[in-house]
This record gives sequence, structure tokens and C-alpha cells, in this order.
Amino acid sequence: MASIRLVGVSKHFGDVKAVDNVSLDIADREFMILLGPSGCGKSTLLRTIAGLEDPTGGEVFIGDRMVNEVLPKDRDVAMVFQSYALYPHKSVRANIEFPLKVRGVDKAERADAASQAAEVLGLTPYLDRKPGALSGGQRQRVALARAIVRRPAVFCMDEPLSNLDAKLRAETRAEIVALHHRLEATFVYVTHDQVEAMTMGTRIAVMRDGVIEQVGSPQEVYDRPASVFVAQFIGTPPMNIFPAGAIEPGDHLVGGRPEDTVISDDHATSHDRGVAATVVLVEHLGHEAQVVCAVDDHTRAIVRMNPSDDLPRNGDTVRLNVPEEARHRFDAVSGARID
Amino acid sequence: MALDTTPKGWRSWVRYALLIVMAIIILFPIYTTIVASLKPGNRVLRNPLVPDSFTLDVLGDAWTQGRLGKYLWNSAVVAIIVTMFQLLTSIMSAYAFSFLRFPLKRFFFAIFMATLLVPFEVTLLINRRTVDSLGWLNTYQGLAVPFLATAFGTFLLRQVFMQIPKDLNEAASMDGLGHWGFMREVAVPLVRPTLGALGLFSFLASWNQYLWPTMITTEDDMNTIQSGLRLLRSSDLDKPNLIMAGTIIAAIPILVVLVVFQRQLVRGLTAGAVKG
Repeated sequence: MASIRLVGVSKHFGDVKAVDNVSLDIADREFMILLGPSGCGKSTLLRTIAGLEDPTGGEVFIGDRMVNEVLPKDRDVAMVFQSYALYPHKSVRANIEFPLKVRGVDKAERADAASQAAEVLGLTPYLDRKPGALSGGQRQRVALARAIVRRPAVFCMDEPLSNLDAKLRAETRAEIVALHHRLEATFVYVTHDQVEAMTMGTRIAVMRDGVIEQVGSPQEVYDRPASVFVAQFIGTPPMNIFPAGAIEPGDHLVGGRPEDTVISDDHATSHDRGVAATVVLVEHLGHEAQVVCAVDDHTRAIVRMNPSDDLPRNGDTVRLNVPEEARHRFDAVSGARID
Repeated sequence: MALDTTPKGWRSWVRYALLIVMAIIILFPIYTTIVASLKPGNRVLRNPLVPDSFTLDVLGDAWTQGRLGKYLWNSAVVAIIVTMFQLLTSIMSAYAFSFLRFPLKRFFFAIFMATLLVPFEVTLLINRRTVDSLGWLNTYQGLAVPFLATAFGTFLLRQVFMQIPKDLNEAASMDGLGHWGFMREVAVPLVRPTLGALGLFSFLASWNQYLWPTMITTEDDMNTIQSGLRLLRSSDLDKPNLIMAGTIIAAIPILVVLVVFQRQLVRGLTAGAVKG
């Protein structure tokens, strides 16, 4: 098994800096999530680790070996693609066996390995089918089986669940986590879905514009976001960010999670009354209600409330506040966390 | 069944009428050839369109007098060599233009495609001189070598190779395949229908060659079926339908190939037309 170390890795496509001077240590057997919006460079970074992209600058280490010049097949890395990338003309069994066949493993041994991998992923009944005769979830499991069959040190996964429906995604998510425990390998997993990131990863690297904004455990990233971007990217609904001076004195921004944001009517008499806002929408989700408020022309804030509470109505003027202990403070210019 | 007189029905009638007329125009020469080849020689010019008598003698005469067996063999050898090499060279060049990165790739592809604009007749004399200088007149290599590569095949295969998802190529490289391996194990099997169609086109084109074999064969032994039919015509004036019978014999292998591979042909022609 192997750790991964990225030292000042960059990847430029012409003038576009897809990955810009990224350094990251991924421990052996860690499940690292690369999280970010489309175009943030997470897939490019993953492909650079896998060897499918040559870095423009910097060094990639897998274990103690610098692999910049090493071909993908020699890096001891397996890749699972968003599109599954199965060989459509080969049976499921042939697809799973294929990496071993290419490496010259004898027929009996690779048949054994393929059967085991198929067993682990529940594919045994489908071994003689072609990928075209499988559902999306089954195809993704074939892709996983093809990845695990040669027992690589590192698994790279590029949004492997994004083509699945919500129910199947939840099931396959659990399967991948179980697979990680079982294989004890290093996983690097790219997603733009924060639920996947929060539920699967041991650590999350949040990326934006080719750079890593924050690395930490899912709870750390949620509890102490390093920037306004991270604060608003992690969490559903995103963290409310109030303008400087609105919640407390000072020229910094104040953030509060929707569940921490307190709503009161405009006649509240507390000495710390928070900021005035207008209710623009009340959404009933069954287990909770989300009250969307306009603080000013540019600022919206969402408050999670118990549906049995006395909910405000559209057009009501209310006051929003965040308790002192739940406040997040960010620099108004750079967006970086202050405390 | 009542006659459909709605505008849609009339359009359908007109369409079918046109199709029937076109089918008659296309099938008429074939019909007359078959009728003539099955009549005794002395009855061909009487009621040429009516099959009023039947004999296989003329077909037999054409086979024996015309040495059609030898010509068919020559045509088969040349057509098979040309087809195999055209497939091979088309696969390799199309793969290079689709999957390899090299300087001036677009420029070279444009040059390649530009050769499609040059009719074969333009290069006929130069090719004849080259083949002659190599001492290849009256040889299989002389008949086949000028046709071993085709820009059409390269173009056709490149288009289908380009439809192979990039992820598949990358998955193969992760699995340990190089370019040769990917071409052999993935790319070629995936474009098999198109290869079938291309092979069929190549075979038909080579089989139907007339001008080139006529120009480079001076010995009867090396005639192909099409150039051999020419000799048949001039060999026996008493049997004007001998050439018809020879034509029918020459067409039989092509018909067999078409029937066997017609599925491949249709699939190949429509490959990539719709998202699969």
C-alpha cells in the first residue's frame, strides 16, 4: 500500500491554470476526497496522480517513488471513470480479467481473481453478460471489480457515482466505503457532491480555481471552514454570510449555519437584535421548514426551523441573528477565516 | 381494402410508383443479361426480352472456352490481397490520425484526403511505368500493389475511431495496454462492422477493376475476370450471348459475397449515424 505526496504540482492547458501549485499529502490507506465545483481542477489533479496527465510543474510521489515519468500502468494505480469505461465487446468476466491478462497472469489465476472480485461486488450472476446488458449501477460495479482485481496500492475514482440515480448512488456509496475498509488501500475520490464527500472521506480537500482552499476531516471542514467559499460550498443549505457590521461591529463578514441562525420578529427587544430582513419564501420540507430571507439586494439568508413553530410569512419583516458561539468570521476582502 | 385518397396516401402512391420505375431501370439490364445467357446462341436476337427457350450450354461454353476458372482465380487472389492490405493500412493510418499525437497531424490528414480528389486515371500511366520498371507486368503484385492503401478507408475508419470514448483509451492505458494493444484488443473489435463494410467495398472495387488489369497484363494467364471477359467477346462471333453468360459467371462470386456480408454492409454504412 502507498501514500501519495504532491509537491507544488501544476497543470496548465495553454493559459488556463487547471491546477496551480498544489501540495498535498495523502496518507497510506486514507480515503481522500477532492471536492469542488466544475472546473476547479479536481479531476485534472486526480488524472495527474494516475498518470493520465503530465504535470506542467511539481512532483508526484506514490510511496517513496517519484512517478512524474512513470507510465500509468506502472504506477500501481487503478482508475474508476465516471463513464465506467468498460470494454463493450467483452463480457463482464473478460472486462474484470483484462488488467491481469495484459500483465500476463495465467488463465486459471485470473479466472479465480475475477470470480473473487465479482463475488465481492455481487456480480457473479452477470459474469457472462456484456456491459450493454447491465444497468448503470451494475456497470459501475464492474468498473470497480476491474479496478480491485489487480490489488493496486492506489484507487483513483473520478465521480464514479454521478451517472446513477439517487437511491443507487446511496447504495453504491456504502459499497465503496466498505470496499475501502476491506482492501485497506489508498483511495482518492473526486466529486462535486458534498454529501458524498462528507459521508465517504476520511479527509476532504476542497478545491477552487486550481488551488486547494482547505484540507481536513469532513467535520473540521464543516465546523471551521477556512474561507467563505468553503463555508458556502459545504453544507445544505449553505452557510449564511452577513455583510460587515450587520451582526456585530467590525469590518469582517459573519457567517452562521442555517440551523444556527435565529429568526425573531421585528419587535424583539434584545440589546443584540441582529439584522433586519424580509421573508421572501417559506419552504416546507416535511421534517423542517426553510425560511429564505433577503437581508439586502445582494444577501440572502436561510433559516432552518421546526415546521411546528410559528413560521413567518412571505413579506414579513424579521430580524436575523447568529449566537456568539456559532459565529464564523471571515476577512471581507480575501474571504479567509479570521479566528 | 379501400384506396387511400388522402394527400398522404397519394404521396405514398407516387413514391412507390417512382421506386418501381427506378427498380425496373436498374434491373432491366440484369434481366436481359440473364435471359440472353440462358438461350441458345441462335435465338438470342429473336425476341431478346422473352425467355422462350432455356439451356445451360452457353454458360458451360463460356466457362470452358473463356478459361473463366483461371480468370476467377486471378481476380480472387488480387481482390483478397488488395482487401487485406487495404484493411491493414487503413486501420494503421486511421489509428494514427485518431489516437496518436504528432506534429502537423491535421496537415498530413488534409494531404491524405486530398488524394481522394485525384482520379485513378490521372496516375494510370505513371503507375504503369513504375510497375513496368519493377518488372511486375503480368504478376499478382503488379495487379495489386497500386491499390494496397486507400485514403477512403483511412477516412472512414478515422471517423469511427474518433467515436470511441477517450475514457476507454485511458482505461486501457491504466490496464497496461500500449497503442498496439489498444488497437488490437479494443479499437479494431469495436469497429468491426465498419471494417466489414470497408472490406466489402475494397473487394468489390478490386473485383470490378477493368482498366488496370487490361493495361498491365499481356499474358492470358494473368487476366482477371473482367479483362478476361473482353477476350471472351472477341473469341466467338457465332455466340453473341457468350459474353452475357461470362458476365453472369463473373457476377456470381460477388453476389455470394454480398449476400453473406450484407448485414455487415448495412451496419457499416450506418455506423455512428445514431447514438448507440
